[in-house]
Amino acid sequence: MTSQIIIDPPEDGLASNGQTSPTTLSIHLTINGRDHALDIEPRVTLLDALRERLHLTGTKKGCDQGQCGACTVHIDGERVLACLTLAAQAQGREITTIEGLAEKDGTLNAVQAAFLDQDAFQCGYCTPGQIMSAVACIREGHAGSDEEIREYMAGNLCRCGAYPNIVAAVRQAAQELRS
Amino acid sequence: MRDFSYLRADSIEAARNAAALPGAMLLAGGTTLVDLAKCGVAEPATVIDISHIEGLDAIDVSAERAVIGALARMSHVADNPQVKSYFPAVSEALWQAASAQLRNMATIGGNLMQRTRCPYFRDPANFPACNKREPGSGCSAIGGVTRGHAVLGTSEACIATYPGDLAVALVAFDAEVDLGERRLKVEDFILAPGATAEREHDIRPGEVITAIEIPGSAAARRSTYLKVRDRQSYEFAAASAAVGLELEGDGRTIRDIRVALGGVATKPWRARAVEEALKGKLLSEDTVRAASELAMEAAVDHGANHYKIALAPRVIARAILKLGETA
Repeated sequence: MTSQIIIDPPEDGLASNGQTSPTTLSIHLTINGRDHALDIEPRVTLLDALRERLHLTGTKKGCDQGQCGACTVHIDGERVLACLTLAAQAQGREITTIEGLAEKDGTLNAVQAAFLDQDAFQCGYCTPGQIMSAVACIREGHAGSDEEIREYMAGNLCRCGAYPNIVAAVRQAAQELRS
Repeated sequence: MRDFSYLRADSIEAARNAAALPGAMLLAGGTTLVDLAKCGVAEPATVIDISHIEGLDAIDVSAERAVIGALARMSHVADNPQVKSYFPAVSEALWQAASAQLRNMATIGGNLMQRTRCPYFRDPANFPACNKREPGSGCSAIGGVTRGHAVLGTSEACIATYPGDLAVALVAFDAEVDLGERRLKVEDFILAPGATAEREHDIRPGEVITAIEIPGSAAARRSTYLKVRDRQSYEFAAASAAVGLELEGDGRTIRDIRVALGGVATKPWRARAVEEALKGKLLSEDTVRAASELAMEAAVDHGANHYKIALAPRVIARAILKLGETA
């Protein structure tokens, strides 16, 4: 197994080891403020790197093809899907997962607390993705009404059908964060 | 997913050089490329990550024109206040596309490069015949389940519906794509299948989209994107219309009108027959409904998608009449 540096590109502007065959990449990921070094194949997604390599299993794998939202994380503060993001592509960005949302002393984020208050889940599998999406939805300014919450949370599916309570939780957290 | 080499380009020049390598594919937001690599449709030898190139994500908008960098994210363009003011149909097409997470990832250049795809195209294991994947292998959709397939611009080679929303608005307002050495109308850049269904874009090896430019107009300023679908959100269009309207000083006579269709054609479809039938006419429901029917004159259905021929003119008419009410 070889490794290569992909940042600090050579003069032609292409960062590579000069090989054209697939090879192992040595990358650093900044996750929840901590630096992680890992050697991965280029095709490894951020989702698989988080779960299988770094054992951050709070981020869930649902459909693994960008349709369900269970793998929602933040990159540079914006919600994205970890299943359609290559881990290598995320090098140099700030990644936040559900494990990084609460305060260090365990105080829950307002959205996490609102999900508990409103009983906004049943089986809980989609919940980390729902919460990461909701935090960003409120920050974007897209939680102004129930209709807007429904539209801008549409990328997170809940097979248990807890949608009314999820909307209530997002509404509550948005109100708390505004006041 | 087959493995590939991963390279980062730190400049447009590097991206152009790398894009000319055999088997190379550019990676921006990744929402199409990673998805298609997972289902075995895209098999790049080398992935060129262009998402870290600096300065390609600018959004520069005035009444005269919008210039949007290729790496600008769909969500940022949708929420841009000047885009909302001067090109509302563009903002509406963007925020009604995909989901919030996908719109944060997907770029404007990548959006134009998305594949025209149908469920058969995405499933090579079960449906080996697809002229887009393997030219000459046939079309699994023809004679198959066609509820979502196109009724305009189809050929014997392919009937897949162009799935995007943004390009429908871009085609309505004569937007251009900047490829460096060449500039093309978006309408000419995205190709109908004809006999070469595998070729969806007029782009050459080594060319990279750097920006799109949309000329400003009164019709673009008074515009909307109406998207009708099986569920209210996070769904492809059953039929959609990007419409722009400019009235004479009397407030009733149509001076300029733009109509383009999504969800019904193999490419973003400009409905010029509708536009020509309405220019100079008084805006009335009967006139608008009669003119809207002209969009479907060349339509050919494949059974289950027959409903689109009835639906699309109603979507066009509803969009025009809605604009007419907003003085």
